[in-house]
Amino acid sequence: MIDVLYFAWVRERIGLPRERLETSAVTVADLITQLRAREERYAAAFADLSALRVALDQELSSFDAPLAGVREVAFFPPMTGG
Amino acid sequence: MKVAVQSAPFDLGAEVEAFTSGAEGAGAVVTFTGIVRPDEGLTAMDIEHYPGMTERAISGIVEEAVRRWSLADALVIHRYGSLKPGEAIMMVATAAPHRGDAFAAAEFLMDYLKSRAPFWKKESRDGGETWVAAKDADEEALKRW
Repeated sequence: MIDVLYFAWVRERIGLPRERLETSAVTVADLITQLRAREERYAAAFADLSALRVALDQELSSFDAPLAGVREVAFFPPMTGG
Repeated sequence: MKVAVQSAPFDLGAEVEAFTSGAEGAGAVVTFTGIVRPDEGLTAMDIEHYPGMTERAISGIVEEAVRRWSLADALVIHRYGSLKPGEAIMMVATAAPHRGDAFAAAEFLMDYLKSRAPFWKKESRDGGETWVAAKDADEEALKRW
């Protein structure tokens, strides 16, 4: 089981802040392919990956990163702190 | 070294005073305060963050600054939640024996907080709400370090 978190407009587009999923995905990209196939709102949120960032266990990561051992995946737009 | 992520306002004067008196061996203190710019029509700025990762990311950025420059101390306070135009969003302070390190470290902290600390800003205007988009220039700014 893996916790998947969404922030900012990704959260709004999907309609929830987090969910727990059972997944066979090997990489982040695989997980995105599975999410896109679920429902239109997921397909819309993940339509343009250049507008998204991913963090694995709270560390910024990349879409080709493996999910083995990861407990928490977060998807969000580029950060706007400061 | 202090990192605070909070919804409550902070007292800029009290923070600077406490930071300055606690920074042993410092000959220079630089502070920066980020304020919700009172742009025309802006009624509120909502700041979302990623609890846990935020504190971790900011601490990592501060540790990197301490590695790169000779700092006596560093402080980052960043707020989240709903803020009004004119309110302080965040502050950084750096203390060093000489001003060059204090200025450089403060700029470094600001550049990294801008695009590596998980905050997202949403502006409210009479016409509705919009997420603030990250600027290419912000990502570009990291390259100088």
